[in-house]
Formats: sequence, C-alpha cells, structure tokens
Amino acid sequence: MNKIGIIGDADSVLGFKAFGLDAYACLSKEEAAATLHRIVKDDYGIIFITERYFKELDDEIAKYVDLRIPAIVAIPGSDGSYGIGLSNVKRAVEKAVGADILFGDE
Amino acid sequence: MARLNVNPTRMVLSKLKGQLKVAVKGHKLMKDKRDELMRIFLEQAKEIKAFREEVDPQLEEVYQSFAVARAVVSPEMLEEALMFPKTSVSLVATTKNVMSVDVPSFDYQQSSNETDSVYPYGFATTSGALDQAIEKLTALFPKLMKLAEMEKEAMLLADEIEKTRRRVNALEYVKIPAYQETIKYIKMKLAEDERGNQTRLMKVKDMMLEEERQKQKARDAEILAAANAG
Repeated sequence: MNKIGIIGDADSVLGFKAFGLDAYACLSKEEAAATLHRIVKDDYGIIFITERYFKELDDEIAKYVDLRIPAIVAIPGSDGSYGIGLSNVKRAVEKAVGADILFGDE
Repeated sequence: MARLNVNPTRMVLSKLKGQLKVAVKGHKLMKDKRDELMRIFLEQAKEIKAFREEVDPQLEEVYQSFAVARAVVSPEMLEEALMFPKTSVSLVATTKNVMSVDVPSFDYQQSSNETDSVYPYGFATTSGALDQAIEKLTALFPKLMKLAEMEKEAMLLADEIEKTRRRVNALEYVKIPAYQETIKYIKMKLAEDERGNQTRLMKVKDMMLEEERQKQKARDAEILAAANAG
C-alpha cells in the first residue's frame, strides 16, 4: 500500500489535502527540498510537485528519476502553468532519441 | 582499430570466433529491442503530450474554483473546513513489464468512512464554491493518476532506450570490429608462421640433399681411386 503526496505552496495543496492526499505546504525552496528528501524514503507511490518548486528542485529530483517508485510528477500550481510538465516529456524524448522529434514544431 | 591483446594461437582464434558470433547475435537482438522500445516510447510520449494539454487547463480551473472559495470564505474557516479529510486515498503500485523494463502501474482507491460524500465539512459555514472546487478535483484526480503513471513509464523507458542504444553502439563500433580485427590478425600471423615453417623445411631439405650429394661424391671419388690403384 502506497501513499500519494503533494508538495507545493499552501494555496495549491489545500484542495488536495481535502481530497485525502498527504499535503506538504512549503514556503521556500529549501523547505521543499528537505520535504522531498524526507518523504521520498517513505513509501510514497506518487509525489506531485507544483511546477514552480519542480523547476527549482530540478537537480534534487533528478536523483530519483531512476527509481521505479515514487513517480515524481510536476503539476501546475495555483500560480499557473509554466509548461514544465511538457518540457519534462520533451527532455525524455531528447534523451531517448537524441533529438527532439515530437515537439519541434513549437 | 584496437586489436585485442591476445596470443595468436589456434585456440584463441576459435574462442574469438565464438565470441564474435555471440556479439553479432547480441547486436541484432539489442537493435531489435531498441527499435521496439523506441516505438512504444514515442507512442507514449505523444499520448502524454495530448494528455498534459488536456489536464493542465482543468487543474487550473480547479485552482480558480478554490480561489473563488477562498474569496468567499474566510481563510480560517477554509482551513478549518479542510483540516480533517474525510476520505483517504490508498494507492497500490504494481509492476508492469514493458520490454523487460519494470514500470509501475498505479491503482488507487478512495475510501470514505461514512457516506459517499467527499466533503469533509458541514455545509453551514462554507460556500458552494468550495463544493464545486472539490467536486472538480475529484473528477480530475483519476486523470492525474494516469498522467503520473504514463510519465513515469516514459521516463523509465527513455532511460532504458539510452542504455540499449549505448550497448548497440558499443557492440557495433567497438566490440565487433575489435573481434574481427583480432581474428584477422591471428589468421595472418598463423599463415605467416606456416609460410616460415614451409620455407624452413624446404631449406632443410635442400641442405640434406646437398649433404647427401657431397657424401655420394666422396664415395664415388673413393671408388674411383680404388679402381685406379687396382
């Protein structure tokens, strides 16, 4: 049995908390990083991170990419979407194919 | 090209031939694996792109609803209303095997303890906007789960493709040429030894014949001398 967590600013995670997820409201990048490192070792299956923090914690998150679980996924925060989610897929394509062949038209 | 550092013997040659055969076979298999992984991955990536474009605006709608709710209800009240979630989400992560890559497959259950309602609050102090926001989030949640699953799978596949591609290239451009080079080298070396041996034998034969001829000559001279004397 796994848990689902969400890391983000208070406004973004509030709704998810009501839904029954483990919500971690963070105020700063450092706090978010500490939270991530802490809960990644716990048995979380999915950790959602709002895009703003996802961008800032890029290097930290990269350490956990190879793990089967948790899946660390960027979702837009309450401050809008930066397109980080799409750029992650784009990066994966570049890694696999060697060149971006899907999103080149953008 | 780098030749392997081995002794040029027949034994090594036959071993290398076997290794080359395995390497060529492995290269073909790896190449097939890479192609199939690539096909799956690209399909997946296209799907994720479409899915993302669908989910992101919907999530923003949820946030907007929450913003409205926050405007209507005081922050303390909102915090209080959402403090104790009535439902809990449990996730079961199983493993799916895609081309021998272990990818997670998520299955989730939302358990609420009393009624079917997901609202963790009474309706007296909160506004309808909050209900709407939570309703929208509930509707969106399965999609988020699916997105998480697909993205993780894509990431893991991308990783595997990179590894496989490296293996294919290592076999194609380093291992196999090195084996071929070494086999060629050993063959030439053996042929050279063979020729050397041949020449030596011919030379020895010549020397022996020459020796024989000298002896014969000496014997002839002896017989001639005896005949003359007699």
